[in-house]
Order: sequence, then C-alpha cells, then structure tokens
Amino acid sequence: MTAQAEVPGAPAGELGRARLRKEDYRLITGQTNWTDNITLPGLLHVAFLRSPYAHARITSVDVTAALGEPGVIAAYGGADFAAEQGSLPCAWPVTPDIVMPAHPPMAVDEVRYVGEAVACVIARDRYAAADALAAIEVTYEPLAPVLDIRTALDEGSPKVHEAGNKSFEWVFANGDLDAAFRDAPVVIERDYRQQRLIPSAMEPRAVVCSCVGGEFTLWSATQIPHVLRVMLALVTGIPEQNLRVIAPDVGGGFGSKLQVTAEEVLAVLIARKLGRPVKWTESRSEGNMTVHHGRDQWQRIKIAADADGKIRGLDVDLLADMGAYLMLVTPGVPLLGAFMFPAIYKMDAYAFRCTGVFTTKMPTDAYRGAGRPEATFAIERIMDELAAHLDLDPLDVRERNWIRHEEFPYTTIAGLTYDSGNYEAATARARELLGYDALRQEQAERRASGDPVQVGIGVSTFTEMCGLAPSRVLGSLAYGAGGWEQASIRMLPTGKVEVVTGSSAHGQGHETAWSQIVADQLGVPFEDIRVLHGDTQVSPKGMDTYGSRSLAVGGMALVSACDKVIEKARAIAASMLEVAATDLDWTPGRWAVRGDPDKGAAIGEIALAAFAAHNLPDGVEPTIDADATYDPDNFSFPHGTHLCAAEVDTETGFVTIRSYVAVDDIGTVVNPLIVEGQVHGGLAQGIAQALYEEAVYDDDGNLITTTLADYLIPSAADLPSYVTGRTESPAANRLGVKGVGEAGTIASTPAVVNAIIDALRPLGIQDITMPCTPERVWRAIQAARGGDQGSDSDAQQTGGAA
Amino acid sequence: MFSNVGDRMTEITVTVDGVKYADHVEPRLLLVHYLREVVGKTGTPIGCDTSNCGACTVLLDGQSVKSCAVLAVQADGAQVTTIEGLADGDLHPLQRAFHEEHALQCGYCTPGMILAAADLLRDNPHPDDREIREGLEGNLCRCTGYENIVRAVRRAAAAGAVQ
Repeated sequence: MTAQAEVPGAPAGELGRARLRKEDYRLITGQTNWTDNITLPGLLHVAFLRSPYAHARITSVDVTAALGEPGVIAAYGGADFAAEQGSLPCAWPVTPDIVMPAHPPMAVDEVRYVGEAVACVIARDRYAAADALAAIEVTYEPLAPVLDIRTALDEGSPKVHEAGNKSFEWVFANGDLDAAFRDAPVVIERDYRQQRLIPSAMEPRAVVCSCVGGEFTLWSATQIPHVLRVMLALVTGIPEQNLRVIAPDVGGGFGSKLQVTAEEVLAVLIARKLGRPVKWTESRSEGNMTVHHGRDQWQRIKIAADADGKIRGLDVDLLADMGAYLMLVTPGVPLLGAFMFPAIYKMDAYAFRCTGVFTTKMPTDAYRGAGRPEATFAIERIMDELAAHLDLDPLDVRERNWIRHEEFPYTTIAGLTYDSGNYEAATARARELLGYDALRQEQAERRASGDPVQVGIGVSTFTEMCGLAPSRVLGSLAYGAGGWEQASIRMLPTGKVEVVTGSSAHGQGHETAWSQIVADQLGVPFEDIRVLHGDTQVSPKGMDTYGSRSLAVGGMALVSACDKVIEKARAIAASMLEVAATDLDWTPGRWAVRGDPDKGAAIGEIALAAFAAHNLPDGVEPTIDADATYDPDNFSFPHGTHLCAAEVDTETGFVTIRSYVAVDDIGTVVNPLIVEGQVHGGLAQGIAQALYEEAVYDDDGNLITTTLADYLIPSAADLPSYVTGRTESPAANRLGVKGVGEAGTIASTPAVVNAIIDALRPLGIQDITMPCTPERVWRAIQAARGGDQGSDSDAQQTGGAA
Repeated sequence: MFSNVGDRMTEITVTVDGVKYADHVEPRLLLVHYLREVVGKTGTPIGCDTSNCGACTVLLDGQSVKSCAVLAVQADGAQVTTIEGLADGDLHPLQRAFHEEHALQCGYCTPGMILAAADLLRDNPHPDDREIREGLEGNLCRCTGYENIVRAVRRAAAAGAVQ
C-alpha cells in the first residue's frame, strides 16, 4: 500500500497532490470496525416493535408473553421508559413561538408515524429478539392520519399534535418587493415539488452500549459523536463526564446520521436497566421507515424581471413537511435554503416565507445539501422559464444577472457576503467541455426533423453556502450551538505526529487530507502523520461532520494548531541553538538561525528536546503540542456550472443522460482524487432525485418504499459517466479552500430536469414532477399532445397522500 | 449464537477462506450471519434485507452470491471466499485497483463490489464500460457515483485480474 499517484507537474508540497487514501487498506481487506461488528462479553440484542399505524392512541402494551420466549432477558413498553427517557432534542427552534412537541424516544400514549417504536425485546441473540416481538400485544385506537401539507393547515384537518399542525412560520425580506413586481414587464410564477427522499447510507444504523459502574460507552454509526454526547447527557440526565461516544468506521451518512436517535437513547437506558451491554442493528426496511427523511417541500416561486431578462425581485413561499416531530435540525433545514434562492443573481428585492407543517410521517431533517438543493432547484428551474419566456439562451439570461467576478466580495439580497467566485470562468469551461454550441445545433436539427428522440441541455449555474458555520451567525438564527471546529497536534518524541480532529469522517478521507495539510504546515512527511477522530475520549472536542464543513472549518483548525506548535517550537529551538528566538527563521520542518541556515533544528528534534526537557529555558513548558479551536468568519461559497445533455424518447418517456459536465470552483484543492470522488458521488445523488427516488406513503400513511426494491437507488447501469472540470477562485481563508461534499447534489437535480424540459419545451411542457420516471414523462407528452394521458396511477407520489 | 433450538440444529461443514469449519446451525440461519457471527468474518457487511444492495456478496464455489439470500445450510460442503480471503498474498489486483482509482469512500459496499467484480471478470476478462456497469448493477454504492468503480474494474482487467 505504498503506491502513490504521481501526477505529472504535481505540486512540490502536499496541497494539490493526488495522494491515495490512508484509510483504504482496512476497507478493501475487510478489516473494518463497523458498529455491527463490535461484540462484548455478555452482549445482548435489542429488537423494536414498531407502530403499524400512522396515527393511533396506544391503549395497552403487554410484554408478558414475550418474557417467556426462549433467550429473552427483558421486554419493555413505552411506559417502562416514561420516567427517564426525556424528549429527543431539536437544537434549532427557528422562531420564538415555534411549536415543538415532546418527542419521547419510545411512544407512550400515541404514535404519529408508521415505524415509531412502541416496545422492545432484549434477548441473547438477534434472531431470538426478533422472534419474541411477535409475542408482544399492543392495542391501538386508530386516529386520522395527516398526510398532505397543502391541506394540513385547513380548518377541520385532523391534528398531529394537540397544538395543531403548524410548527412555525419564518420570514425574511429585503428590498421593496411591491415596487419590484409593480409594472414588471415579466412576472413568472411556478409551483415546484421537492419530493421526499430517503438518504440511504449503505451502512444501516447500529448502536452498541455498555454501562459499567455508571459509566457509559456508546458506539454508534453516527456522524456526530460529540454532539451526540452532549445531547445524550441533556436528554437522559447522565453526567456528561460519564458518557463516552465512539463513532467507529461509519458507512456513509449524507446527513442521515446527523441525528440523535430514539434507538441511541433507548440503548443507553436499556444498558443501564440491565447492567449488560446491548446492541441494536437496524434492518434496511426498518431504516427506510425510521431514519429521518429529506426534502419534502412545496415551493411557490415568483420572479419579476425587466424585458431584457434583468431580475427585479423574487418572492418565495414554502410549505415544508416536518413529519411527526422536530428532530435535531428539522426546522432549520428549509432556512438554510432561504439564503440560497437568490443564488448567484443580483436583484432589488427578495421575500421568503416558510411554514413548517406537521404530518403523520417520519420526520424530515438534513439530507445532503439540506435546504440548498431545494432552493437551487427552484431558482435554476425558474431561470430557465424566464429564458424561455424571453426567448433567450438560458446561459445568456443567467449572465445578464449574475455577480461579475470583479464584484467580489459581494453582499447578496439575502444578506450573505460571497467572498469569491468566477461564474464567467466556470461557465466558459463547462460550455467548452460539453460542446454547447454543437449540441444546440443538433437540438435544432432534431426539432426540425421531428426526431422521436429529442435532446435537451440543462443548465445549473449554482452556488451554495457551506462550511457551517460562523457561531455568531448560528446564534442569530437561533441555532443551539456554535460552528467552530477543534484540532490538536501531538508531537511525538520520535518525530512522528498525531493529529486529533473534532471532525469525524465517515468516508470523506480526512485521514489522508488532514495528513497532507499538516505535512505542509509542519514540514513533516505525509507518512509520519496519523489522524485520530471519532471517539470523545481521544478527540474530546468537536462539532463533527456535515454541511461541507470539515475542510473549511476543521482544516483551518489544523492550520491554527500548527501555528501554535511552530511558535512553541521556536522558544525551544532558540535554546537549543543558543540564539535569541527573534533571530530564527521558520521554513517548513525546521527553525534555523537567520543568516546561518545550516544551523537549525528540525521540528522532530525540537519535539525530542521537549520530551527530554533536560535543557529547557526557565518558564518554557516541556511540550510543543497545541490545540486550536477555529470559528470561521464567514460561510464557504463553492459554485460551478453544470450542464446536462439528455435524450428524451418521446415515444416511451425514457430519459437518457448522454453527457454530464460538472465544472466546480471549490477554491484551493487539497487532494484532487478525493475532490473528484466527492463530486461524482454528489452528482449521483442529485441525478437520483431528478430521475429515480421518492419516498411514497399510501393513503393510510404506510410507507410503501420500505426496501431497495421499491426505493430506487441507482446502480452503475443507471448512471452516466461524468466529465468534471475545475476553475479556482481561492476562498478568503488561509488555505483558500471551500466545501465540496454537497456541491454535486445541489447542482445536478435542476440540471437534469432542465435538460428534460428543454428537450420537451416545443411541446409546451413546462414542468414534470420529480422523479421524472418514464411514466411521468410519457404522460406529460401525451397530455401536451392532447391525447388521453389516462389515470395517474401514482397520484399520491406528487403530493403525499392523494 | 442461535443455540436455543437444539432439536432443529443441523450440522454443516463449510470451508471459508481456506479454513474448514464444522458447526451446528439453525436451518434458517443466513449465510451472512453464519459468516459474521459464527465464523467471525465481519469483513462481509449487511446492507439490506432484500438482496438488492449486494454489500454481502461472497464467492460460493467461485460464483458470486448475496450471502443474505443463501442459508448457511445451503453452503454445506462448499467453499466460501470472502473479502478477507480473496488475496493470494498482500492484495488482489481488484483490491489494488480500487485503492489506486479511489473507487471507495465509506467502503461499506466495497467487499461486495470487489467480489462481484471478481466474478464479472471471471466471466468476461475484458469487459467494456457498459459491460462493467451492467455486470455490477446488483451492487449499490451511495458514495462514489460508480465512476471510479468502473475505472478500477477496467484497470484490474487490464492488469489481468483473473486468476
């Protein structure tokens, strides 16, 4: 495992070098430490009985018969936890008057979505636990489900909670919207649907908890060991110092493991009750029902423009489905979108309103992009509508409105200050890579000849805000925590380095990228660095991994910690070299005497001197280790131009992505291999929203898409090969880096749908609800041609329950 | 594990990664649970319960199978190769190619993806990209978007991965 990709012309330092990943060896040889692999002496297995009703009163729970089943150690209903289980936390009360109902980890009196846990069995093995669930008797009094956010606020609608179905209304406005729309030559209004998605990390959730003498260790397939520890302490009352949380190898997250889950809390409580370690591992169908879902909005967007396509104002009104409860950041997700509807465009006025609505479905929460894909979809779709209305090229109408590269830093109508960007450069590169003009020519020819296979070009000139986040901004948005990140550098006496990060990776490659950053900063070999993360006992402080924050925040924390190491080393080097500290110059790896560069001390020698501590000056601490906590000044604003060429078979409705070009500007690149991988994976998830995926509930509130046979995660055969390119406008931080984890997902969904609509626009088609399945595309074509489109067999897919 | 129904236990002999094991198992025990929890081969993970994701793919007498869709008793007398026993030495060419092409991120699908690819290359030593994509359509990855997985299989094929 020593082979390294050597790129011709690769940089001399580590930044920008396509290092192969340090974390791969254990993953490709099966020596992984997934939570479900963990076993402990006396380990017991937990299985949960889950509600078959979307909404019902629980009238009785009887676990007696289950206790007589072979191998069963215990069985509990919600009442058994009622006194100690508290309420699952929501850290983002977005308005002062938000309705935030209690959310017991195990339902006690009432269930509000299918899959909510109502009882559990603890047994000697997982088969025995699952078997005994059948012996538990629960009786319910069914209540009316609430399934459509468009009617949930109507008077007379059944209520999810006593306080009603509205959780909050959040507004933002800047500029004179009335003036912008008054007498505007062009006003376009559209309703767009953001369907509900299931994040579907490949590793199902799993939890192991041990409790010894009141001290708890929790292993969990989580993105957020640090946040989880604090929240578990707050929810259960267990003293925080007695809780250790470990995120071992974690098999993907995409936001779905950015949560404090019922099963984690209950595992802690069960381990405490029994004094035995317990494990719970979900099945995929259990996970589809009970891992938080993503998206699920109805968007009304209205744009006012001048006759030349110049935007005057934008008015956005969202209905956002919260599901049955508010989970960790449920209400905040659409607000992240609030700041992104204006995107890269200049305008005079903007108004945004979001109403959070309860339904009897699984709660929604962060899923890759979290609020920003939704916003980007709506604005990029309506920009195409504006172009079509004015008979302009969609790239042309964007260029008339976007912030020019010489205008950065630029404060948008939504109040964000974009530090950097070059939309012209990214767009020019994307046009070139796609062969834009030739494709437009082909499109014209196919239209003229009436080819049954039409071609469309979809444009998405996106930006996003990531690198979550400046703590004071989070405070102003009523978020319950800060947005800093922590790093520690431990200089070992042998000259090797341990890097401790609070940003806990689950596939992103931190062990490699962090080694590259520290190698450059300290001038030590990449191979001599080990990165540690994901255990609150090893890495006691952190804000974890989500929101494309790891590099822009956690990477900068590394730089700050390295600064401190270098400065501490200076004092010891001065003593070693018998010169004044001010007479030393730092070059990576070494302090040397100014004017006498041969006389110096390497950082490893200084570390050894600090370890021995025999000859340190008075008052100098015998260590050069350092910690740093970095709080960013601003968000990170990656952007790019994505172009999708799609062929639409007008006879079958089948969509084929012929080529997909993604040009991303993510600032300075630490590792191009990792960056490209993040872009590819992001594209796949965004394309999947456009073409394949939707969580579907039936009229009774049962989730229909409980398996991977019903919920269509695309395979290699379903996805195109991608053409990627980069432009680079460095961010205003010392590394010049921006986030990349979510960019592909945010950009690609509107690019694909715009391509499909562009292909079909001559038929008068202006929208197709996602996912754009062959059936939906075919029906849209039939309807546009005035034919009988038949009954819409999947009506509920377009709006929750019919 | 799974010892509470003694009268229904069946004895099986399975060779896993070159080592012969004889165990008494419940007839309903899935091969993947046998591998993970009886033999201790946790390199084979479980991603779903409907044979859709392919994370649990192993070779059963040289053919790729989803070990969540095979009963342990069906493997009686068979040879099972998991990711832990694939390499004849340090790394199998597919393992090396996955590393070199950055064909994994979280790595959860990787063992199954590599074993499915091994079976694909056994059938078709020099597949084109379309054949690779179609050959791996029973294995889902949520991180990579598949681009680098296709490149890795192509690279391993070029290196003569079939042994």
